[in-house]
Amino acid sequence: MTQYTIRRILYSIPVIFGILLVTFVMARAIPGDPCTAMLGEKATQEICERFNHEQGFDKPVIVQFWIYMKSVFAGDFGNSIRYSRPVTKILLERLPTTIELGLIALFLAVIVGIPAGIISAVHRNTPVDVGVMIAANTGVSMPVYWLGLVLAYVFALLLKDTPFWLPPSGRISAGVSAIPFYEVFQWEAIEGTTKYTFMEFFANMYVFNSIITHDWVVLLDVIKHLILPSVALSTIPLAIIARMTRSSMLEVLRQDYIRTARAKGLFERFVILKHALRNALLPVITIIGLQVGTLFAGAVLTETIFGFAGVGRMLFEAITARDFPIVQGFTIVIAIGYVGVNLLVDLSYVFIDPRIRLD
Amino acid sequence: MADKTEHKKVQNDKKQEGLVIGNDARTFIESMMNIDNGDADKDYRANSLFRFTMRRILRQRSAVIGGLILLFLILVATFAPVIAPFDPNFVLIGHEDVKRRTDPCIHLLGCPEDQPQHILGTDGNVRDVFSRVIFGTRVSLFVGFSTVGVAIIVGTLLGALGGFLGGWVDNAIMRVMDVLLAFPSLLLAIAIVAVLGHGLQNALLAIAIVSIPVYARVVRASVLSVKEQEYVSASRALGGSQMHILFRRILPNAVPPLIVQGTLGIATAILDAAALSFLGLGAQPPTAEWGTMLGTERNQIFTAPHLVFFPGLAIMITVLAFNLLGDGLRDAIDPRLKN
Repeated sequence: MTQYTIRRILYSIPVIFGILLVTFVMARAIPGDPCTAMLGEKATQEICERFNHEQGFDKPVIVQFWIYMKSVFAGDFGNSIRYSRPVTKILLERLPTTIELGLIALFLAVIVGIPAGIISAVHRNTPVDVGVMIAANTGVSMPVYWLGLVLAYVFALLLKDTPFWLPPSGRISAGVSAIPFYEVFQWEAIEGTTKYTFMEFFANMYVFNSIITHDWVVLLDVIKHLILPSVALSTIPLAIIARMTRSSMLEVLRQDYIRTARAKGLFERFVILKHALRNALLPVITIIGLQVGTLFAGAVLTETIFGFAGVGRMLFEAITARDFPIVQGFTIVIAIGYVGVNLLVDLSYVFIDPRIRLD
Repeated sequence: MADKTEHKKVQNDKKQEGLVIGNDARTFIESMMNIDNGDADKDYRANSLFRFTMRRILRQRSAVIGGLILLFLILVATFAPVIAPFDPNFVLIGHEDVKRRTDPCIHLLGCPEDQPQHILGTDGNVRDVFSRVIFGTRVSLFVGFSTVGVAIIVGTLLGALGGFLGGWVDNAIMRVMDVLLAFPSLLLAIAIVAVLGHGLQNALLAIAIVSIPVYARVVRASVLSVKEQEYVSASRALGGSQMHILFRRILPNAVPPLIVQGTLGIATAILDAAALSFLGLGAQPPTAEWGTMLGTERNQIFTAPHLVFFPGLAIMITVLAFNLLGDGLRDAIDPRLKN
């Protein structure tokens, strides 16, 4: 088991190295020299020469890559052209929004997708099954941003004067403010310290923050703002999870031990949920891990539509403004996060499926 | 019943060793025939691979529905100039008395006769939305087929080389593919477009690049599964050149999974390309591309929802067609997944 864990962790090192190499090559592939790419319009010849020397761009490529790797591992992605602030700082401010949105979307996808898949498999070839599968196929074929806009139209405009009205954009209403938990608890917080950054990171997840500070007004407002974007974002993962659960369940339900369980006279519900589901879940968990990538990419689109100040929208704005340091830094962090999640998924098999421990 | 299950199991095991889809038509047919015992007699009459495969595919409801929608879309794309009442970029000012972003107007459904008919309304530049949606079919189908075509060619070469040669070549190729797979695909495409510059061509290139690893893996897997088969050794013993063995004896095995993966890949490619265009990174105005149409009018969602609704619906139907077809083909060609 330890061997498996170590092997699996070692496997991801070359991948992370590759991610850094790809992003490094990208930065060099931008038309024009790196100085123009990094400094944008500010780049005059004189500034460029100094910049190139400071950043080591006048050194051999190998040395440049080494410098690049060192700074990335030190958490330094350079400065944003547009904001003249460290990319890392911007990233830390924006990440909580996206993580919160992504987690809620994933949660929705899992709690709806898995039961839908089970029901579909159990009632195979009935109208229920056909209905669920039509819905799932439509779900994977839908452009996220289109669904988001249509939802906004329905819930923010058509249902305007009903209790079902939902806000079409933003994270929180004007006039409502989420007081960070460290202020509520009167914890000492000095700006600039690691502890402060850490606390601010969590306080920026409004749902989490308002729950621990028992601020139910804010919680309700924040959740209202989150419903439409998270539903839009969850559609594709939900549909994929439902389809995977269905086919995995069908596979398992054919097994002999299921027949044995039924022959023993166990309740059907017990057979399905206890005997079949446990084994059917393994491929579903792999798929859930892979959905984290879909969620990050979907966040670019969803956040842009719903005016969420998260990583995705920032990435979109940075591309439009040709703010390359942000694009680079965000891409690295998201890709490494994605590799990390899939590593965790693989490692979780050890606990879910005892057979792997024997390997 | 138990007999059948048992038989299927054997079949599955065989399949995993790559025995089922043999390289010549005969083994393919024979192995397929064993899947459904009940149909064995009937299927024996199928004396060509094409007819046999078609029959299996036609039994899949989703493949038929997907195929019909796709056929319809291809017809729409081909006859776009005939179907569309206007040129997609024709500005109606001066030609007719219409305003910007008018609602859909269909005379048959009670729209006043004196108002010019635009069945999907007009857009912000006073162009006929219906014509633009019709012509958009061409762009989307082109996007799907071209990106996946390029990705399949490059992926097949890489996967075949890796699987066939093995050793460090294989290792190097597959590690590069791993790195490409380490990025969420749409995100990598966005980053590539950010570097190359905005535009449809660059978007297509980006999407093609991010889809290569899937095909490389599929091809490599089928190459590995048959590389050590006896018929390959036989071909080698007969003096077949490396090229001959790879292209004539080994690669045909990769065709069925490639067709399935490619069809599903087209769905993703169209969806991703539309997303890039929506963000303003892909097709640029005034190109009649669905994602671009949606993106340029998205702020009008509350005032002119039809400008957002119809292009999105078109994307969904097209993507759905390829998804259904791909699913059906997989169930028909790869009986392991048939439930």
